[in-house]
Amino acid sequence: MNPVLEVKNLGIDFGGLTAVNNLDMEIYPNEIVGLIGPNGAGKTTVFNMLTKVYNPTRGQMYLDGTDIEKMNTVEVNKAGVARTFQNIRLFSKLSVIDNVKVGMNNHFEYSLFDMIFHTRKRNENERLIEEKALDLLKIFNLHELKDVEASALPYGAQRRLEIARALATNPKVLLLDEPAAGMNPQETEDLMNTIRFVRDQFNIAILLIEHDMSLVMNICERIYVLNYGTLLAKGSPDDIKNDEKVVKAYLGD
Amino acid sequence: MTFLTYLISGLALGSVYAIIALGYTMVYGIAKMLNFAHGDIIMAGGYVAFYAFSKFGLPSYLCIILSIAVSTIIGVIIERLAYKPLRQASSLSVLITAIGVSYFLQNAAQLMFGSDTKIFPAMLTEGSLKMFNGQLTISYLTIITIVTCIIIMVGLTAFINKTKIGKAMRACAEDKGAAQLMGINVDTTISVTFAIGSGLAAIAAVLLCSTYPSLSPTLGSMPGIKAFTAAVFGGIGSIPGALLGGMLLGVIENLTKAYISTQLSDAIVFTVLIIVLLIKPTGLLGKKENVKV
Repeated sequence: MNPVLEVKNLGIDFGGLTAVNNLDMEIYPNEIVGLIGPNGAGKTTVFNMLTKVYNPTRGQMYLDGTDIEKMNTVEVNKAGVARTFQNIRLFSKLSVIDNVKVGMNNHFEYSLFDMIFHTRKRNENERLIEEKALDLLKIFNLHELKDVEASALPYGAQRRLEIARALATNPKVLLLDEPAAGMNPQETEDLMNTIRFVRDQFNIAILLIEHDMSLVMNICERIYVLNYGTLLAKGSPDDIKNDEKVVKAYLGD
Repeated sequence: MTFLTYLISGLALGSVYAIIALGYTMVYGIAKMLNFAHGDIIMAGGYVAFYAFSKFGLPSYLCIILSIAVSTIIGVIIERLAYKPLRQASSLSVLITAIGVSYFLQNAAQLMFGSDTKIFPAMLTEGSLKMFNGQLTISYLTIITIVTCIIIMVGLTAFINKTKIGKAMRACAEDKGAAQLMGINVDTTISVTFAIGSGLAAIAAVLLCSTYPSLSPTLGSMPGIKAFTAAVFGGIGSIPGALLGGMLLGVIENLTKAYISTQLSDAIVFTVLIIVLLIKPTGLLGKKENVKV
């Protein structure tokens, strides 16, 4: 089977500092993969390169065999990479459902003419958008709050809405940056089920950064460990748990 | 009755300010820049309407459409050529560029149309409505101006809240980075914002020049500054704020002229602005920006 996301020899320098170096990674369809490592290991930097927020200094990135290295952020998103953020970046003044609809902007085309004259095409599209947005919100149990301003949601709900918004862009690969940060154990448990459900329902691959080891070991099928910007280890959760180098990196000598 | 007359003409003047202020406030809200060349788009729109009507004898509705079209194109071109390359630059560089663009437009107009003042034709309407046995006279132009402003406000609010592009604009206003990651083309969104602002400036131009029928290359600067003031007064970035700020500014200006002093009217208007900003620094309807940690 071909990987849906493949990076080869990926690296980025900030001035003289090499933040990520020599990273090889493959994500296969329908996989849940963890990206872990101590603070400052370069995990979020990898996400920023995958979404072209940063331009990698070296290396190649392929999505479904297509080179995404030369694309810009918008094109990468259209090609099928979506993400959430470590510190929530919702459109806080938009309603819950509008946040999701913004994510769908690209997938429903109608012209200015359609918009002004409310043609059948526009109405049909708007109906589809509304329907799809509601379906998404139901998955995350947010549909009853659909008209609430996003900033008024409780913290856990905001995290879930970010995932819903990312899914609205119809990705092939979903990047989750610390989805369980700040959640209590019950919320984390629910989140794990939701992540699994999303993977099965939408048939997508998920790459997630997380510090909550119980979550990572529980739902990830494979794990990549970064330390000082380089790949320290990769393998199944059991391999990683028993890897000496990983234990050392986390706990020190 | 005279008070009512002054009040109504103040509302008409305020409507023009509000329409111009929309351009400032939308561009500020989305591109986070002060487009000081906005006033000169009004001037451009005025000249287009003038030449289309006086020299080519086009019917007035065509003149207005043409004026809107040309202003929109000028606005988008300015954004692409002058502001887009500075997207990552400091806001001070963008501000100075905007002032440069403003002078460029004024001088280009002087070169093309001459610096003499032209008399703007009455292309919209003449005559007035008399009420209460002729005690209250309201010109049709005043009514058209106020009604146009209300239609624009309602239309724009619906556009911003209901349409796809409107939602993209609100998303960009909050967080351009996140918007891009959700597949929204920020450049296109900013272009649309400039297009709308410039088109509205052309409408304001026709209304303004019809009320004060003299046309010169520096026509846009004073209304531009007043409208900018109105935008700040109401809370920059806020569309209802632009309406409220514009209306209040127009009414205050007109009533001061009528009852206190014509010479001092601008001074009094700006004093009111300063007092409002001292009490409420974000403007009347402006919200405090949340600082991200």
